[in-house]
Amino acid sequence: MNRQQVTATINGEHKEFLCEPRQSLLEVLRDELFLTGTKEGCNDGNCGSCNVILDGTLVNSCCIFGVEANGGHITTIEGLSKGNELHPLQQTFLEGTGMQCGFCTPGFLIAASALLDENSEPTEEEIRHWLVGNLCRCTGYDKIVKAVQDAALILRERAL
Amino acid sequence: MNDYVIPEKLRVVGTTPIRPDGHDKVTGRAKFGDDFHLPGMLHGKVLRSPHAHARIKSIDTSHAETFPGVHAVVTAADFPKISSNVIDAGEAGQIDMQDVADNCIAREKVFYDGHAVAAVAADNAHIAEEAANLIQVDYELLDPVMDVRSAMADNATVLHDNFLPGAFLAPTEKALPNASKLELAMGDVSAGFDEADIIIEREFTTETVHQGYIETHIVTAQWGANGMVTVWTTTQGQFAIRDQLALVLELPMSAITVIPLEIGGGFGGKDSIYIDPLAVVLSKQSGRPVKMVMSRAETLRATGPSSGTYIKARLGVKIDGTLVAAEFHGAYEAGAYSGGPVAPGVSTALTRYNIPNVKIEGYDVLVNKPKVKPYRAPGATPSNFAVETMIDELCRELKLDPVEFRLHNALKTGDRLVLGFPCPEIGGVEILKAVQNHAHYQSDIGGPHRGRGLAYGFWFGAGLPSSADLMVNSDGTVQLCSGSPDMSGTRITLAMQAAEALGIEPNDIFPSVGDTASVGYSFQTVASRTTFATGIAVYQAAQDILAQMAERAALIWQIATDNILIDGGRFVNKTNVQQCFTFKELAGKLVGTGGPIAARALASPEGVGFQITAHLVDLAVDTETGKVDILRYTAFQDAGKAVHPDFVEGQIQGGTVQGIGWALNEEYFYDGAGHLKNTSLLDYRMPTILDVPNIEAVILERPNPGHPYGVRGVGEVPIVPPAAAIANALYDAVGIRMNTLPMTPAKILDKLNSITD
Repeated sequence: MNRQQVTATINGEHKEFLCEPRQSLLEVLRDELFLTGTKEGCNDGNCGSCNVILDGTLVNSCCIFGVEANGGHITTIEGLSKGNELHPLQQTFLEGTGMQCGFCTPGFLIAASALLDENSEPTEEEIRHWLVGNLCRCTGYDKIVKAVQDAALILRERAL
Repeated sequence: MNDYVIPEKLRVVGTTPIRPDGHDKVTGRAKFGDDFHLPGMLHGKVLRSPHAHARIKSIDTSHAETFPGVHAVVTAADFPKISSNVIDAGEAGQIDMQDVADNCIAREKVFYDGHAVAAVAADNAHIAEEAANLIQVDYELLDPVMDVRSAMADNATVLHDNFLPGAFLAPTEKALPNASKLELAMGDVSAGFDEADIIIEREFTTETVHQGYIETHIVTAQWGANGMVTVWTTTQGQFAIRDQLALVLELPMSAITVIPLEIGGGFGGKDSIYIDPLAVVLSKQSGRPVKMVMSRAETLRATGPSSGTYIKARLGVKIDGTLVAAEFHGAYEAGAYSGGPVAPGVSTALTRYNIPNVKIEGYDVLVNKPKVKPYRAPGATPSNFAVETMIDELCRELKLDPVEFRLHNALKTGDRLVLGFPCPEIGGVEILKAVQNHAHYQSDIGGPHRGRGLAYGFWFGAGLPSSADLMVNSDGTVQLCSGSPDMSGTRITLAMQAAEALGIEPNDIFPSVGDTASVGYSFQTVASRTTFATGIAVYQAAQDILAQMAERAALIWQIATDNILIDGGRFVNKTNVQQCFTFKELAGKLVGTGGPIAARALASPEGVGFQITAHLVDLAVDTETGKVDILRYTAFQDAGKAVHPDFVEGQIQGGTVQGIGWALNEEYFYDGAGHLKNTSLLDYRMPTILDVPNIEAVILERPNPGHPYGVRGVGEVPIVPPAAAIANALYDAVGIRMNTLPMTPAKILDKLNSITD
């Protein structure tokens, strides 16, 4: 199948790559660019493990074609920390045991970062509503909610 | 069996250090099954049966073989017909490896919708999938058998002409063309019922469910030119995968190295082979490494599930609330091949009560569904649902408080179990008293259509073989390698036990999970056993390290080893207490005093601490839609000793939410022809973050004398009581008794309508 050239900014870096029109953005990220932090759990938009931010919008990368990302700005889990400095969400998920197996974690982190970008002081209800598209089978979710609340607090304190 | 003297004060065990593998997991660097690439790697895809039950008349792979980009195509004909197919799995009885092989790729018949028939390796997964769809299979359709009662009926279609009776925990004997049976008994059950003032008998059904791990099944295999095979996979047990591969491919176990990658959830479902042998043979045929990734639909259609059941139970109680007799009949789906969780399911049905007269029978029933796999406390959730809702009914009939009733009948240490041995140390009474004293139990529930339910749950857990290696570095840090894949933080819980034993800090220990070529044999990470059993292996290896280090100190000081006192990470000369090495100081002197030291321990501990729990739930029912909202949930559990309390809490919360899913939402929908209709995570409806409240975990610690720090397994029992607790709360809320799982809004509405009609 013919491969098309795609240009995108991924985690702040200019990238050019070739991909088949039938390849999802998830597949391109993982198999063409080797950004394997973004996970496939269902490949039909139901689990959120493949969450990335495309042009400021939280998306399931399995439900977008790679060619649609042409000209776009994408943030993946690999771009959430600044070098070795963890994002407050990464810190609170780590310290607050907001994960067990860790497979759904990149999706939750990206989704939660999109929430905190919009809402610096979300209530528990708002957090649960926002993260309803992300499935976790290990934690029962409580520690995830608390990790998001703790990260929001850190970010608010930093903003002062 | 060891009875350990458990130290009163622990320095590391009971704290909450950060897991060493966590950083890679929050930054996306952790390597899970699909995050692994090899140069020149091909991608494999499976052609699966569209029929639930059919005879394979012919397979034509020619169009797939010539499809551009295809490098290999395999069918069952490319796999050995196993010469010695029955293996002894110890206490588990016997396993027919030909069944295991046939489940990976169908030979003569397909036994379920999604059963693998052929596989293709190609340049990419899209080509492999297209080519697989070009394979033509001619089937002779057979009637599917889709539930236990029709499989056990007189004129049922027979799945297998011959089968080895299923075995998991306890052996069964062939009793019917599609079923095998086990029986357990204690006392005189008919005399027991004669004594009873009230007898109730109830029937229950539960539907097939899936473990629902978010990472699917993924494997990469490389057949080496020298016949050596390397497999990278996401699994609960690298040795189990290796051994099963060796048996179905008739290769020496030592010719296969299985390298465990990070595992994205398992819950029992990732303990055995599926696509693994297909990838190996595709690699052999193509001469290239082959990766295979199951889709979500494949995972739901062909892996996992836990049994649907039919249960009939009878309880006899005296007017003062004393349980005097019980009969329990449980028929559990085995799926397409025998060996489901019927034995643990029925043998835990009543175990938490001291009932003198008990008769139990369990059937392992063949149906045209995927071969069932263990799922967190395998088999116990359906049997608990049945018995605990009946207990609730008896409490109401007798007007007895549900906690008092359970306290009155609680199984205590030393009481005889139906399995024939006395109950080890168990803290059931403490758990029930903790419920009584908790603010949740004493709170007012308020509001219409709201109710509260209690259920009490039990699970065995297991010991089984584990290995651990410790090696002391010259800077005093320690490498820890175990054979137990880490599903949820066991690298840190093992490192903590090593640090406790060695008298050093947990961040001085570097824990890893070894591959099958580099660490001693370990049974899978299953049965709540890793922190317990592998923890004992770590503890034993640490004792060996300490003894070896004491010998070196004695050598340096030129004294007898008996004169070395080991105290909290220090080695002291008893004859001259001024002479003392810290662990780090002595580690620095090892190379010059005879070389580095390492220790390996292989343990198979028997002192398993039983798991006991009580769950309390408040809920509200929308009587117009039948929807249930969980308002408050508290789970009380005896951890023996919580090594890392945050992770124990996580196990309780996660297991409980899986139990809530089982209770309210999750089920396999098959149509009349045996096709699975809900093969996505939209339609196989697991709890989302919005479906559940915070699960409050109350951890009690009654030490298990079978572990040096008192540890019990904790992972499994949280899934046992949620369904019953919710059913009991539903009765409290709106007066309906549910006898089926899941308790969907539609079923709740039907029941509500039936009582108001």
